[in-house]
Amino acid sequence: MYIIVIGGGKVGYYLARTLLDEGHEIVVVEKDPARTEFICNELGSVCVRGDGCEVATLTEVGTGRAEMFIAVTGDDEDNLIACQVAKHKFNVPRTVARINNPKNEVIFKELGIDVAVSSTNIILESIQEEVPTHSLTHLLDIRDKGLEIVELKIPADAKTVGKEIRELKLPPESRLFLIIPKQEKPRLPTASTVLQAEDQIIAITTPESEEALRIALRGS
Amino acid sequence: MKIVIMGCGRVGARLAGLLDIEGHDVTIVDTDAYSFRRLSPDFGGTALVGDGMDESSLRKAGIEDAEAFFSLTQGDNRNIMAAQIAKNIFKVPRVLCRVYDPLRRELFNSLGVEAFSPTTIFAQMLKEKLETETEEAK
Repeated sequence: MYIIVIGGGKVGYYLARTLLDEGHEIVVVEKDPARTEFICNELGSVCVRGDGCEVATLTEVGTGRAEMFIAVTGDDEDNLIACQVAKHKFNVPRTVARINNPKNEVIFKELGIDVAVSSTNIILESIQEEVPTHSLTHLLDIRDKGLEIVELKIPADAKTVGKEIRELKLPPESRLFLIIPKQEKPRLPTASTVLQAEDQIIAITTPESEEALRIALRGS
Repeated sequence: MKIVIMGCGRVGARLAGLLDIEGHDVTIVDTDAYSFRRLSPDFGGTALVGDGMDESSLRKAGIEDAEAFFSLTQGDNRNIMAAQIAKNIFKVPRVLCRVYDPLRRELFNSLGVEAFSPTTIFAQMLKEKLETETEEAK
């Protein structure tokens, strides 16, 4: 597959390297001459110096036949405009933009970018998982449905330990679909399932009722 | 009319002054407070420190009731992105934007952004100026 990567920073460089290893045809467009030279030395002549938002540069690298266009510079506005130029001028079927400011995720979708990846959010979530006291971990976003799959752990001192699921005031948008007890095998929860200390719960919810779900399950 | 301007450079500051004198309710946004020195001393509108590509800054600037939005920063991409936010997310009726690169202006004009390229306009003007004065000299 012919893939164009805009931005030869750390993300762009490692992305290009991975995609090359997978056997794809790659071109990286980078503004900085020293960085361009570095990438060419490391990966072979796959890096072109230029502005990835400029029609002339994109024509030169053959954007018209690209199947995928990925913009991963450090500036959200540059990633947005590069993807829009690729999409509307060159009809690239799939555009992916990196977002640094998580607030821009919705805006990018609204403005027609196929996939918006928020690097800040991904780092935040990975760190959250490592914080032992953090009670809710995001496992997966189902973006087009506005839902997310989360994991919660019931602390030993939670008020809900020993209660049946039917007694909990779960928000209507949330569903529990798996309980992983500390010792036993995972099981599907029913209304009469009793919560135990250290249970891990996998649930589906909307981002808005996440907090309500956390409170319902942990009792605080 | 409520008007929001992003970018308090020479053009932004001057435009803000002109619209303010006409009696419009003008808010000008810039990321650098120092740029507000360019506003005329009798500017009666609001100068706000903030990023014109950020939804919450735009809300603070009153974009929800604005009837017109101008993006006039130094960055073409910033201007186009802010213009699209104003137009598509906040549904501002009139959105005007500066894009130096003539090719980019053309493309985004076709996507519904009302963009102007000072490069094209000024070059054309200079050429016409030269031609008329040459004729006068004859």
